Amino acid sequence: MSTFVINRLLQAFLVLLVMSVLVFVGIYLVGDPISMLVSPEATDLERDAVRESFGLDRPIFVQYVTFLGSALQGDFGRSFLTGEPALQLILERMPATVELVGFAMFFSVVIGVPLGIIAGLRPEATYSKVIMTGSIFGFSLPTFWVGMVLIMLFAVQLGILPTSGRGETVQVGAIELSILTLDGLRHLILPALTLGLTKASLIIRVTRAATREIQAMDYIKFARAKGLSSSRILRVHLLKNVLIPIITVAGLEFGQALAFAVVTETVFSWPGMGKLLIDSILTLDRPVVVAYVLIMVLFLVLLNLVIDLLYMVIDPSSREKVRD
Amino acid sequence: MTVQSTSAAKPARARVDTPFRRITRQFFENRLAVLGLIILIVLTVPAFLAQWVAPQNPYDIGTLDIFDSQLPPLSKSSTGDITYWLGTDGQARDVLSAILYGMRTSLIVAFSAVAGALFIGTAVGLIAAYFGGAVDAILMRMVDIQLSFPAILVALVLLSVLGQGIDKVIIALIIVQWAYFARTARSSAIVERNREYVLAARSLSLGSRRIIFRHMLPNTMPPLIVIATIDLAHAITAEATLSFLGIGVPVTEPSLGMLIANGFEFMMSGEYWISFFPGIALTLIVLGINLVGDHLRDILNPRNAQ
Repeated sequence: MSTFVINRLLQAFLVLLVMSVLVFVGIYLVGDPISMLVSPEATDLERDAVRESFGLDRPIFVQYVTFLGSALQGDFGRSFLTGEPALQLILERMPATVELVGFAMFFSVVIGVPLGIIAGLRPEATYSKVIMTGSIFGFSLPTFWVGMVLIMLFAVQLGILPTSGRGETVQVGAIELSILTLDGLRHLILPALTLGLTKASLIIRVTRAATREIQAMDYIKFARAKGLSSSRILRVHLLKNVLIPIITVAGLEFGQALAFAVVTETVFSWPGMGKLLIDSILTLDRPVVVAYVLIMVLFLVLLNLVIDLLYMVIDPSSREKVRD
Repeated sequence: MTVQSTSAAKPARARVDTPFRRITRQFFENRLAVLGLIILIVLTVPAFLAQWVAPQNPYDIGTLDIFDSQLPPLSKSSTGDITYWLGTDGQARDVLSAILYGMRTSLIVAFSAVAGALFIGTAVGLIAAYFGGAVDAILMRMVDIQLSFPAILVALVLLSVLGQGIDKVIIALIIVQWAYFARTARSSAIVERNREYVLAARSLSLGSRRIIFRHMLPNTMPPLIVIATIDLAHAITAEATLSFLGIGVPVTEPSLGMLIANGFEFMMSGEYWISFFPGIALTLIVLGINLVGDHLRDILNPRNAQ
């Protein structure tokens, strides 16, 4: 178990290192940030002075090593645009994104798991077919367009929900949360619904497949033969085992949704880190883009590790495989 | 493999159920899959014939009449000779024509990207499966790493490096998708590798390239076709999303995603049709592909074949 964790951590470190080189070199090959930093009338001499002050005149290898050295100490450079530390900019925006994604995932599990189990228990029933066709429709809808249609319906036509921003927030420790105020919740509903819809469709399909598979297992047949009530079989024997693949999928999808929040945040002007990424890409604010990508990579690598560990806790049979 | 089939099969040859016939028959048995196919034909044929069937060329500035901008659906043009069935946008373009041209761009991008990813991914997967050992380990490690990053994030960062352009979107989508094909091709090729016909080909000392591409490839195709179909839907959505975010195709060749983005501000003022209808078109294409793909997966799954 501990060898497994150490192995995975080493691997994660290697992935981070490779990604940092790729991202750094890739991003630094694009455009000339100097044109964004100085006025168009600046003389060549002034341009060179700015270039030098940011260290952009040095060879890329030296720039990378300097960057890596400071990044390990938590310094990802300063935004070219605002002059604030890039890491701080991202961390300030992170709670908004995590809140949005968390709420969206909660929504998708709450909707997806019951519908998936219903469709899995009676795959031939008409209502099951309706659920499955609905789920195909659900993940065919383009997220950004759904967001726009929801805005049109609930904000423009009906005027009952706000279109942008987080609304009123409550300070909890160092972070601000929207979910605890009524106004914040009203701001959260549409973006979370938009983001959660596709995920719910996916959860439905995973749950249905798992339900069908587990229903054919001997221990379910045995439980039935023992005369246990079907609600007990459902709650104890089926649900517990259905949850194993769902946790994996929901965890992986959490990472996907975190990245995909870029789209939802753009539509709803949600002040999260995804919107920051798009703005930074469009304004060539390299340090912020690099910092965002590396933080995301770190987050995803850790997320995968946590899912694997969680998996071992719930599914005893997977522990055997690790030992080999 | 039993002996009796050799003598009994001959007279029955004429009515033998070939895999192709079986798949076609099973496909048309499912109403939803047929519906998906019909949706696709109805949308894509006019899109590829856009030059001839669209009421207007939306990118020929000369044909646009600025007095006709932002007209609601079913309006007549100021000259009275065109009916704007789906209305016009802020630049007086006929929304229906813009959708037809936009769909063409979206479809070309998606088809090229999936074809590229299928080609590269399949080659990598087959090579990994055939050679095994270190080659396999290294290639599959790359696939794992690639797949652990969300596609949209990789595409975003790639495009921020590559810049805008149809070719660049295609490259970014290939890079994002090849790994799915590699993984699928490998897992089905590993099963094939130990089959008797590969052993037979090896014992005839045929070259590895010939064994991989002439013998193993055809037998690994069914799952790859399923993935390719479903990936087509992903590619169309991904391209639309990137264009919506302003880093996909350039303004000169608008895809459906860009049309939707252009109509966003108008939606806020109630002029819904400018992005509502392109969105419907996008959803229907993706839905059509998913309906077809979902059923193809069921009938091409070897577990369900018998």
